[in-house]
Order: sequence, then C-alpha cells, then structure tokens
Amino acid sequence: MKKPSSPAEGLPPSDQVISKNYSGKLLLRNEIRLEEPQFRALPFTPIPSIKRKTFSHECQRCHNQKKSLFASIPCSSCQKTHLYCRKCIEMGRIMECEPLYECSGESFHWPRHEAPCSWDGTLTEVQQQAADRIVHAVKNNERELLVWAVCGAGKTEMLFQGISEALKDGKRICIATPRADVVRELKPRIQQAFAKVSVQALYGGSKDKDGTAQVILATTHQLLRFKHAFDLLIIDEIDAFPFHKDTSLPFAANRAKKDIHTTIYLTATPRQHHRLQIAFNKLPHIFVPIRYHGHPLPVPSTKMCYSLKKPLTKYMPPRSFMNWIKQRKNQSRQILIFVPTIKMAEKMKENLQKILIADNMIKDPKEIDFVHAEDPKREEKVQQFRAKLLRVLLTTTILERGVTFPSVDVGVLDSGDKVFDEAALVQIAGRAGRSSDDPTGEVVFFHDGRTDAMVQAIQSIKKMNRRGGFIE
Amino acid sequence: MNCLWCDEEITSDVTWSNVALPTKAKSLCEGCEKELTVLNGSRCLRCSRVSEEKICKDCKWWEHYMGGEDVLTANYSVFAYNERMQDMIAKWKYRGDYQIGFAFQGRFTQLFKKQFNDIKNIVAVPIPLSKERMNERRFNQAEMLAHFLPIEVDSVLDRVHGEKQSKKNRYQRLSSENPFKLQKAINKPVILVDDIYTTGTTLRHAARLLQQHGCPITYAYTLIRG
Repeated sequence: MKKPSSPAEGLPPSDQVISKNYSGKLLLRNEIRLEEPQFRALPFTPIPSIKRKTFSHECQRCHNQKKSLFASIPCSSCQKTHLYCRKCIEMGRIMECEPLYECSGESFHWPRHEAPCSWDGTLTEVQQQAADRIVHAVKNNERELLVWAVCGAGKTEMLFQGISEALKDGKRICIATPRADVVRELKPRIQQAFAKVSVQALYGGSKDKDGTAQVILATTHQLLRFKHAFDLLIIDEIDAFPFHKDTSLPFAANRAKKDIHTTIYLTATPRQHHRLQIAFNKLPHIFVPIRYHGHPLPVPSTKMCYSLKKPLTKYMPPRSFMNWIKQRKNQSRQILIFVPTIKMAEKMKENLQKILIADNMIKDPKEIDFVHAEDPKREEKVQQFRAKLLRVLLTTTILERGVTFPSVDVGVLDSGDKVFDEAALVQIAGRAGRSSDDPTGEVVFFHDGRTDAMVQAIQSIKKMNRRGGFIE
Repeated sequence: MNCLWCDEEITSDVTWSNVALPTKAKSLCEGCEKELTVLNGSRCLRCSRVSEEKICKDCKWWEHYMGGEDVLTANYSVFAYNERMQDMIAKWKYRGDYQIGFAFQGRFTQLFKKQFNDIKNIVAVPIPLSKERMNERRFNQAEMLAHFLPIEVDSVLDRVHGEKQSKKNRYQRLSSENPFKLQKAINKPVILVDDIYTTGTTLRHAARLLQQHGCPITYAYTLIRG
C-alpha cells in the first residue's frame, strides 16, 4: 500500500485535502491512496462496478455494454468466477467483486482568481468576436456552444478569455482532446497563459496522475475517472476519432461535468449530426471562417493517376506524384505526404529516398523519414520536421490535426482510400499555409477515381472560404 | 466470435473444407494470428532456442554448472517473443485481461500432443505466483495454461515473495535462493508449465526442488521462448 499523499507526513490529511483529491471522482479502491481505517472513516460511497441488465451488462466506469468486451475471471481473492470489463482495462481492471467509490463529502471550493490570465498577445477581430461569445456563454452558464473555426484560426487563444472568466468565479475547468499529442502540446501553452493557476495534464503515461488541479488537460479517456467535477468543459476536436465513434467517451464527458455547467465544443470539421443540430438551431454556435493571418484556406487540387494501385502495391511513388514534387512553385517548402497505411509509409520511404537522391532533390538520406501512431520516436521526428532537419515526411493520418508546420506542401497518396474521410481531408488540407510568413501552400490529392469524401472536402473548404469573404 | 485482441468480428470464407463440416471457432482474427510467430526449424533440444547446434551454448553451460547433468531434461516453447507477443503478454498478465489467455489455447494444446504424447503418467505442475502477486493479479497465467492440457494438473509448488524475475539479470537470478517450496512430493514424471522461458533459472529452480524429493524426470512446456 502506498503512503497517503498528505501534506504533513504521518498526520491524517485534512478534510480540505481529501475533498480536493477525491471529490468529483469515481475511483477504484487501489486508486484511493488512504490507509484502511482512514478510508473507512471518510464518506466514500461504494457503487457496484458492473451492472447486470436483463440481456447485457454495463461497466459503470466506461459504459461498455458490448458482450465481447466482458469476460469471466476465476478470481482468487473472492473464490468466485465473475465478470470483468475488458474495455477500460488499461486504466485498471474493473472487477465485479470490487465496487467503485465516490467521495460523497462536501465538494471542494476552488480559489477565485482576480486576474488569472498572463497572456499578452492580441486577437484578430474575428477571433475577438468568438472569444466574446465564449465569455458570454461561460458567464451565463449556457449549456452548450459549438465553436466552428477553420484549421489555423487560432482556437486556443480564443479560449483564454473564457477560461479567465471561469477562473474569476472559482470554477473548475477541463480541456479534453482525443489525442495525447495535443494534450502534451497544450500543457505549456496553458500553463504559460495562466501562470498562477494549477494546471495538470493527464494522458496515458503522464507525469501528473492524480488530477487535482483546477485546470485539467486530459485525453478524453481520462475523463472516465471523473464524476460531477467540472463547471467548464471544453472538448477540442469533437469530430476526431475516437470521440465520434466510441460511445463511452461522450458518456464520460457528460458524467464529468457538474449539474450547472458549460460545454464548449471546438472543431474545424463538424460531423453530420452537429451540422444538423446547427441547421435546426438546436445547438448554439459561432463560426470563425478566417485563419488568424487573414488568408484563405488552400483549396486542394486533385490529380488523377491512371493505374495508381500498380506502383502502390510495389510501394513506389506514382509518376505524376514525382512530377508534382519537381514542379512545385515554391521548392523551398517542406513536403508532407499522407499515405493510408503504416506499412505504406515505411516501405515508400525507402523507395522515395532512393529516387530523391538519384534526382538530386535531397542530398542526405536522413532528410526523409516517416511516422505513424505506434512509432516510439514520433514526437522526436515531428520535432525534427518542424526544425526543418527533415525535408520530406511520410505520415499516416496521425498528423492530420493538432500539429503546425510553418511552410509545407501537402500530398495525399491514394486519397480515395477509406481512411481519408471528408473531415480527415479537410484537416489534411489545413496543414498547409499555417504561418503568416508563408500563408499559402499546395495541397494535391492523388487518386484513381474521385470519391464523395474528396469532392465534399473540396466543396466544404471552398464554402468556408466564401463564408470568410474570399471570392474565388 | 470477435477477435480477442482487436475485437473485430471474425468471419471466415466458405471453402470446400468448411462448407459441410462445422469448423472450430477461432479466437484470433487472421491478421492478429499472423502477427504471432510459431517457433519451428532446428532448435536447441533442451531449451527450444532457435539454434543450429543440438544443445546450445547456454545449455552446455548449465550442464557444466550443475556438475554434468541438467535437472531440466527438455523445454519446449510454442511462440517466439516478438513485439505483438510482448503486448499481448502485458495485457494478459499485467493488465489482467484473463480472456487473452484463450487466444493461445489452440496452439498450446495442439503442440503438446505432438511433443509430449508418448510420456505416460505425466503430471503438469504450473509455476506459481507469490501470494502478494496473486492478490494483485487474481489469477496465475501458468495455471491457466496448465489447465489447457489434457493431463492431470497438480499445483504442488509455492513461491516465496521476492522481486520480479523480469527485473533481474541472469547473475542476480542465479545467485538468488530457490524461491519455491514444495507442498508434497511427486514421484511421477513432471512437466513444468510457465508462460515464458527467458534464462531458464526459474524452471531449473523448480525442477531441482522436485527432483530432490523423488521426481524422476522433469520437462518444461512454455508458451514463449524469450
């Protein structure tokens, strides 16, 4: 048993500390770091961890109801064979014989901050409009607000005033995003902007583990440990996989907020159901159509490649793709290439490397590399590309969002593949022209037959540009 | 049935071999099955390591170390320890996803029949966990594997709590005291069952203890050759 995390070693932690550490959470016994007598003296309410329903079961932490994700285990401690949840097992196993605990004592009063925001940048006019709208929502405890901002609009900065407003009222805030990369990138920016406020980042393998700060940055999975905890919940990239596919995540987000709360959704590419809600005026929203540097989004062009699959099965780049690389208008830009599979990224890199060296496009074989989700050196490689140590980077859809490179041209190989849905393609196109020094960039989809996703992605980018006041 | 690893539904094509006869339900989908490497080809007869020699260097060293005769007559392992296997073991043992164990059942029993079929009266003895570790994990992966086998299982060993073996190097493992205690003696041939053979120290500790108390011959059957 680990020692209790009390401020004064040996002394029982004060009620304040207990309620700060444990109120608003839903935890397993081994996640509560208190000795048994102390634990029993405190108002922890046990909740059965797996609910048996007529035809199914339900994990009370992750809301899993899928049959194949429950299994039986002959438990050596209770000597019975009972269920456990396989879905949220990475966060500590939920066993039927062990309840979840909720601290039912008084909830913690978070400090009110007079002037919490130490960010001194300025917002553009459109950004300011959105920021004002967010502040308004926070002040009036509006339940929901969707912020639809194009890629590169500067979403994080637009949030600062709203967060300040919440901190002035002593509210607790969570910014949840589907990707650990984004949490990692966000942490220093938020901590810098709110220097005097406690900020913690939670993701699988993060240094902060206990989630006891007033401002929490978390992957959506980490929300599963919270219950009625947040006054202001900001969900970044609401459209991103896995949030829109995994029902447990919206469930967790819903449970993590208090009864009176504000939820703000951020997205550049809202999914169908949100668009419908907007169209029927069911969901308040604000649209930010212009990038922070005031230039329109680069509109992708499509390039038909006859017999595209033939070179691709040999992991060779198609000829029209090589032509494009050589004929790009601005040769000084780096090249970001999206491919549908990890294997493709890996094999294509070797072939492309040879060709580019033979053609004298790059001098050092180290100037080209690839990344994918399971790459242990992912962060390092992205950093190298950002520092311009790499000229060419092959990637799977993992880099479609949340990352900024100042000056790149983007190519998508086999953009008809099903991994490239409309949202993914819009996000990918949004990687180009991010900085004000080089606000344009080429985006080319290489395909062997245009798909609906490609057509819709281009249309929706054009539409966003029109709404931003740009005339084609 | 869904794949135990990726949870995709397993669908099989209709072929002439399964059009009339029902086929055995698979526990892993084709893609995940491919990720695992079943060991084959020439191997060390004693420890199952992939090697051209009949008895590998390590095992010769063991023989020498034990004064001429190795307490472990032969170990046979089923899978190689690759990246996917590492992930699967982590989820199965450390995260505690009991169900994953069933993904190995088919191969584990199949190769047992091939390798150990002609030995009569053999008893399976799983390598135990310490009480503390058992309290944490709630099941013993070696015990689970042993119960897959079509022979008698007798858990006669106890383990004294110590540091995890996987955190030690060979020298530390060797110099450590025998971590096992025997509940009762077995005077039949024994097959020790464990999930992984890494240096062979654990298995030899157990084998020696059994032989000191009247066991005539000790084999080992492990899921993975590390």
